[in-house]
Parts: sequence; C-alpha cells; structure tokens
Amino acid sequence: MHKTRQTLAHVYMVLFLIFMLAPLIVMSGAAFNDSKLPSIVPWRGWTTMWFSEMIADERMMWAFANTLWVAVAVALISVVIGTASAIVINSIAGRARTVLYGLMISTILIPGVVIGISTMILWTKMGNAVGTEFFLFNPGLHLSVLGQVSYIAAMVMLLVLARLQSFDAGLEEAALDLGASHAQVMRRILLPHLYPAIGAGAAVAFFQSIENFNVTQFTRGGADTLTVYVFSKVRAGITPTINALAFLLICVTLVLAVIYEINRRRRARIEAAREAEARRAEEAML
Amino acid sequence: MSAGIDLENVCCDFGTFRAVDNANVSIKPGEFFSFLGPSGCGKTTILRMVSGFIEPTQGTIRIGGNDMKGQRPNQRPTALIFQNLALFALMPIWENISFGLEVRGVDKATRRRKAEELLKLVDLPGAADKMVSQLSGGQKQRVAIARALAVEPQVMLLDEPLSALDLKLRQHMRAELRAIQKRTGVTFIYITHDQGEALAMSDRVGVMSQGRIQQIADPREIYNNPVNGFVASFVGENNIFTGEVQQAASGMASFATPHGQFRARLGEVTGKAGKLYVRPEHTLLSATAGAENAIPVTVGDVSFEGNFITVHATSDSGATLTSELRNDGSATVPALGAKMFMSFDAARAAILPDANVRG
Amino acid sequence: MQELLRRYGSGLTLIMCLLVAFWLLMLVIVPNITLFEQSFRPYLPVSEIGGPRDVYSANNYLKVFEGQVTSSLFGIEFEIPVRVRTFLLTIWYSMVVAVLCLMLAYPLAYYMAKIVNPKSLPTLILLLFIPLWVSEVLRAFAWWIILAFKGPLNALLLAVGLIEDPIRWTNMGFTGVVIGLIYTYVLFMLFPIYNAIQSLDTNQIEAAEDLGAPWWKIHWRIVIPHAKPGIASGCVMVFMLSAGSLLVPSILGSTTSQWFTQTINETFNDALDWNTASAYAFLLLILCTLFVSVAMWLFRVKLSDIAK
Repeated sequence: MHKTRQTLAHVYMVLFLIFMLAPLIVMSGAAFNDSKLPSIVPWRGWTTMWFSEMIADERMMWAFANTLWVAVAVALISVVIGTASAIVINSIAGRARTVLYGLMISTILIPGVVIGISTMILWTKMGNAVGTEFFLFNPGLHLSVLGQVSYIAAMVMLLVLARLQSFDAGLEEAALDLGASHAQVMRRILLPHLYPAIGAGAAVAFFQSIENFNVTQFTRGGADTLTVYVFSKVRAGITPTINALAFLLICVTLVLAVIYEINRRRRARIEAAREAEARRAEEAML
Repeated sequence: MSAGIDLENVCCDFGTFRAVDNANVSIKPGEFFSFLGPSGCGKTTILRMVSGFIEPTQGTIRIGGNDMKGQRPNQRPTALIFQNLALFALMPIWENISFGLEVRGVDKATRRRKAEELLKLVDLPGAADKMVSQLSGGQKQRVAIARALAVEPQVMLLDEPLSALDLKLRQHMRAELRAIQKRTGVTFIYITHDQGEALAMSDRVGVMSQGRIQQIADPREIYNNPVNGFVASFVGENNIFTGEVQQAASGMASFATPHGQFRARLGEVTGKAGKLYVRPEHTLLSATAGAENAIPVTVGDVSFEGNFITVHATSDSGATLTSELRNDGSATVPALGAKMFMSFDAARAAILPDANVRG
Repeated sequence: MQELLRRYGSGLTLIMCLLVAFWLLMLVIVPNITLFEQSFRPYLPVSEIGGPRDVYSANNYLKVFEGQVTSSLFGIEFEIPVRVRTFLLTIWYSMVVAVLCLMLAYPLAYYMAKIVNPKSLPTLILLLFIPLWVSEVLRAFAWWIILAFKGPLNALLLAVGLIEDPIRWTNMGFTGVVIGLIYTYVLFMLFPIYNAIQSLDTNQIEAAEDLGAPWWKIHWRIVIPHAKPGIASGCVMVFMLSAGSLLVPSILGSTTSQWFTQTINETFNDALDWNTASAYAFLLLILCTLFVSVAMWLFRVKLSDIAK
C-alpha cells in the first residue's frame, strides 16, 4: 500500500491536530497582545496587563469561586450516585436492568435546556406548594448542582460500570468467607478496585460541571459561574481578560495532563517489573 | 483444631434442576477428603453448601456436630480456597494473609507476625511485602492457603485450586498440599475432576455423577473395587464387555458375551444384563490360550511409553481391546499383526451395574 | 435484586437503591413530569395562579404556529410560522454538523486505531483531549476571535492571497454556528468510532487486502459495518448536543441564525414565561427523541450501544 496513503494519513492527523489546537493557541496569544480587542492581529506588542486586570475583576473572581464550589459539589454527589448505580446495575439482570440502564443513559442525551427548566420548575413549585422560603426551593446554584448531577451521574456510572466488568465477584466471596462483613467487603475489596474509575469519574464530573452552561443558565437565579460570566462578557463587548483566564485554564489543563501521563507510565513500568519477577519465579521453580 | 462434617440427605435444586441429590457422607476430623467427578456432577455445589454460599433445599449439614442452617459464610468455621484463588490484587501479600484477622479487629503488629509465621509454614518466607502480581502461580497458591489458614478454620474447602497450574507444578503442589494438611491437621475437603489428584492426595474419595454420590471409599478401593460402571470408567481405563449373567456362586459368576464366555466377580447387578470391566494393566498377552478368560486377538497398534507398553488389539469377534504391559526391561514387544491371546484373571474382572442415577 | 442482597447485604443495598431512586425519580422523572404538566398551564400573574383562569390548555404549544414569515426553498417561496422554521433549521443544521463530524472523524479514528504507532497513541489522545477539557464557552470564544472580521483567519487568507476582501464569517447565516459546533463536538464523534474500530481484528483487514479488495471496499464492507455502533452513537451524541447547544449559536450566530434553544432561552429568561418555555423545551425533547429513535431504528442500533 500504502506509502502514499500512509503519508496522507499522517498529514491528515497533523491537520486535524492543528484544527483542534490552533484556536487555543490563538486565544492564548491574544492574552498577551496589547490591544483592546481580543485578537492576535494586528500585534501591538507584549503585555501582561490583562492578567492584572483579570485579578482585579471582582465579579470574575466571585464567579470563579462559585464555579469551584458547584463543581466540587457536583463531583461529590455524582460520584456517590454514579458508583451506587453502577453497582446496582452490575448485579441485577433481565428487564429491570434494561429499563434502568436505558433510563440512566438517556439522561446524557436530554438537552441541557430541558434539564435546566424542569429542575427549576420542580423545586420552585415544591417550595410554593409547601409555602416555605427555605433556600433549597429558590432559584440558585444549588439547583444548578442538582440539574448537573442528573446527567453527570450517568457519566460516572458508565466509567465505574466499565471498571466493574473487570472485577472478579469471587473476591467478594473470598472476603465474606474469611469473615468480613458486607461493609468491610465494600470498603476493603470492592471500592479499592473501583478507585481508578471513581477518580476518573470525579475528574470528568468536575470538568463537565465547570463547562456547563445550559443547566446553569436556567437555574442559577442571579448568581454567576465562570461560564455564565464569560458568556455575558462575550455578548457585551470584551476585553482580553477572558483570554488571560483562558490561558491560565489551558496551562492548568496541560500540567494536569502531563502529570497524569507521567503517572500512567510510571505505573506501567512498575507493573511490567512485577510481572517479570513473577515469570522469573515461575522459571526458577521448574 | 479440626472438625468433622456430616451431610444428611442433602439435596439442592436450581429451579427444576436437581444439582445434588440425597447426599450422605460423614467426613472425619483431620481427614483429607476429595469429591471427584466430571464438571456439572454437583461437587462444587456441595462445596458451596458447606461454605454457606448456597443453602441446601433439603437435608442437614453439620460441622463439628453443629447444624449450619442459616449460618452465613462469615459465621462458619470453614475457609474456602477458590479455583482462581481470588487473591486481593491491591493488597500486599501480608495484608492478603491477615485479611481474615483484620476484619476480626486484630491489631496490626499481631497480624503482621501471624502473616510472617504462616508464610514460613507454606515455605514462602520474605514475601510479606510483595504484591500479588510479583508471584509465580505456585507461590500464589501458597499465599491462598496461608490466607485460608490464618483464620484458623476447622475445615478447609478447596475448589480445584491446582487446575490453573501446569503439569509439573501441579504434581509438586500435590505433595505440598498433602504435607501442609498433615502439618496443620485441619480437615480438607478437596474438589477435583482429576482422578490422579484425588487418588494421590486423599484419605478417602467420594466419586460423583449427575448429582449423586456413587461411591465413598479410600483411593485403592475406588480403583480396585469400583461399585459400578461409572466409577470404573471415570477412574482409570477399562475393557468393557456387554453380556448376560448366567451362573452365580459365592461372588463369582459366568458371563456370556458375543466375544466369548468369561468368569468374573459379580457386583451389585440386578437382573441378568450387565457389563464386565477389566483394566488394561490386568490383562496378559500370550501366544497360547490359557484355561479361562482368553480372547483370540490380532495386534493392531503398539505404543511404547517408557514404563509401560500399550497394545491395541482387535478380537476375532470384532471388539477393540487395550492391554498395558509393564516394561520390566525384558518384556518383548508384540509384533504388529501378530495373532495372540488376551487373557485376564477372573478375580481382577468385575460385572457391574451402570451408574446410580434417578430412574 | 437477590444477587444484590446476597453480595452486599440489606443495609448497603437499601442505601444504594435509595441513591438510585433519588437520582432517577427526583432529578429525572419527576422534573420532566412537572415540565410536562406546567407546559399546559397559562402564564398568569402570581395572584391568579390556582384561580379560575388557571386551566389546562394546549395554548402554549399552539404559540409555535404564530407569526408567519416568508421563506424560500429551491426557489419556491412559502409562508411558514417563524418558530417552526427555527425548529426545522435547528434540526437540519444539527444533522449537517453530525454528518460533517462523521466525515472528519472517521479517517482519524481509523488512523488512531489501525495505522498510528501504538507508542505515540497516548500522546496523540492526550493532545486531542486538551480542547475537550477547556470549557465549551472558551472554545466558542476562540472561534469568535478567529472568525472576526479583522481576525486572524481573514488575515491569513489575505496574506496567502486566497481572498481579496475580508469575509464576514459570522454574518453568513449558519456558517459560524456550524464551524463552532463541529469544533466543539467532533471529539464526541471521534472516540466512539475509535473504540469501535479498535475492537476490529486487524487480520480481517489484512485478509481482505490479501483477497484483493481495494481500500474503499475494505472500509465499506468490513470496517464501517464493524464500526456501526460507534458511528451511530457518535452521530446521536453530536446531533443531540448540537440541537441542545445554546452557547455556540449565541456566540457565533449571525442575525439570521436563530437556534431553537435561543428561542427557549428568550422565552424563559427574557419574557419570563416559564409555561411557554416549558412547552418549547418539551417539544425539543420529544421531537429530538423521536428523530433519534427513528434514526436508530433505521440503522438498527440499540440505546445500549450508545454508551461510550
């Protein structure tokens, strides 16, 4: 074959990567351009003033704090609900499983607009019905949390379920047979096996929550999250402070990605060394 | 500490399928007892009922004289060794071994000491801080045994624990298991479909088929005096002749078959129809016919296997027969196509009923 | 259920079932039922809620058919209600986005699964994942910068000499929206297809090659049929995400590119008519679900294939 087609494939990959990454580079570059409009052309010289303006932007910092606590709350609740659901789905069978599983997955496909409006209406209506002013029943970011959990929990569920498929139920029986209680089996055997997936689920939930707009837009009441704030800025004439923010976020993402990759390689090396030792032990025995 | 186990009229149904039918067995304290049978014969179900993962549909299971009804796995004085060992891959070896103590609230220093002791017992010192993935198959085996021993069970239940190992290691581990059992004095119940394992290790063997226990006896008895056709053919090889019992007297009978008239021991046959079983190593090949039980054959295929020689021959009446000759260094190898006589001692052949199954 | 009890005991089973019930009932089923109920009530001042005028009617849904505009298709001019038009255009351009994403992602998915050196694959995936971790609003914003009238794309094209005058990208109907949606959601097409192709035994491809099949035939007869669940799930994901997107159309849209979610947003947040917004949201949900169900039925894929 294939020489030409292989080359074409490589070229296509590079073009695709440029398509995916160039916008981020352009956006980051604009953070350093000394121009009132966020752009890299024309270049008017280096500046870091957009970063200091960003720090000085109190509304943005406030939105940033809001985003963080919403994301942490969503990650926590989604991990608990998603893990429980995965365990339940994994040990039931038949029609009940099909129906429950279908219902759970379908939440990912429901448009965020629908989730936002329905969550808002349900909780405010319940508040009206009970006649309480309790904060839970008023519009606000706590409703955004509930709305976001409704579909992010499904993502966590899928990740944990995939990991459960590689779990040997015999380990649970072995632990029970050795005298462990059900709670001990859960804490010492099942959950440790699931931790990688739970960690990944928490990360996915956290980032999904940070970037959520649709649900938040319909439930937030008057509060801002970063996404909502950036959106309002983009609509109402922007300064490159947003670019400064974007640049920092991209850097954080990159650093996290690199740490993850280094960690993954280190673990793979350790595991390979262990297996080599097992092979040597095997050979020594014979 | 070890305890005996009694199964009284134990049955187990899965829906309409009866996995275990009316099992009665009394296993003595400190005994090495094997359940032997093909897959699906109900042996694993018995093990899971004893360990408490399944409740019997009928009947009573006693361990050390106590009725186990309603006792959960974690309340029974048993420890199960799983077919795939079920070691906890995310814990180091010593935590694996002392897990049973950890869940009983034993403090860490004691647990560690106990784990080291047990590792010495199973001949694996210095492995305490390794991870499971660092061990070879045989070493994992020992860790599994040590983990089960840590909770000081009165009964150890082993579910084909050697099946994942390769042949050489398996033979090595047989001796090892037997030695550990003798050292600890714990009652072992061992499940296997490998007759060699069962015969080599056990004090007594229970042979099972289709949910029923066919015979319980020590290994020699099982091999030399099988009670029915299933036991005879599941444990070891046989030449089989179908025919009719004619005259019976003092435990011996004459037996008419299309291949000739034979004399053999008479088993628990009801009616006249039955089958005659004789093992290949209990046959002789000679140039001349003896007094009784001689069949004229033509030597078909001869394979030299070192310590013995297997001869496949066809009788003049059309039966395919096998004879195993011990290679004592002087044995002459029969020539291909040679006309010979195959004969056997009447005391070494038995007329047996078919397997014990529900009618 | 019995297995659950046997494996985890009654206490843990109860807790886990309560968690699942809270999720599915309180966060999914009941809110949607409430939405449905609310969509049939009129929009009234607070004092009149529960009063004699608070009766069920389909009026909110009928508002979809108000306000005719003139539209043309294939040169034929016709009158169509403005919101129906918005809705149809939303569906149409969401399909366009899904198809374009498929065309862009399929070759790369195949490349990642079968051609690229497995050693550099993790790095490649990592690079591709970076935009996914950067928030959607920033991704749309990045394209807002690039597509600006005096932005880098026009500057580049002018410099290369491909165009003589700068182009108003964000004022060309749905162009900006489609570009933004593709950029935002193409990875949701890439990874399902990659997963599907990866599970295809390479020997099958080599066997087909060995039997003399040309490359396009190998794809048409072997790779694509095998990757069908992945393709289907990618298409469904991208379609639903696009149709439900509010950010991208709001940021990259032109004066003529109204998206149906924008209509809902204006009704809910600007006009504060929650009841009509409920009706619209419900319509969006039902019609998209119907559309996806029909598509899935046509291509014979199940909902359980969509996962991941």
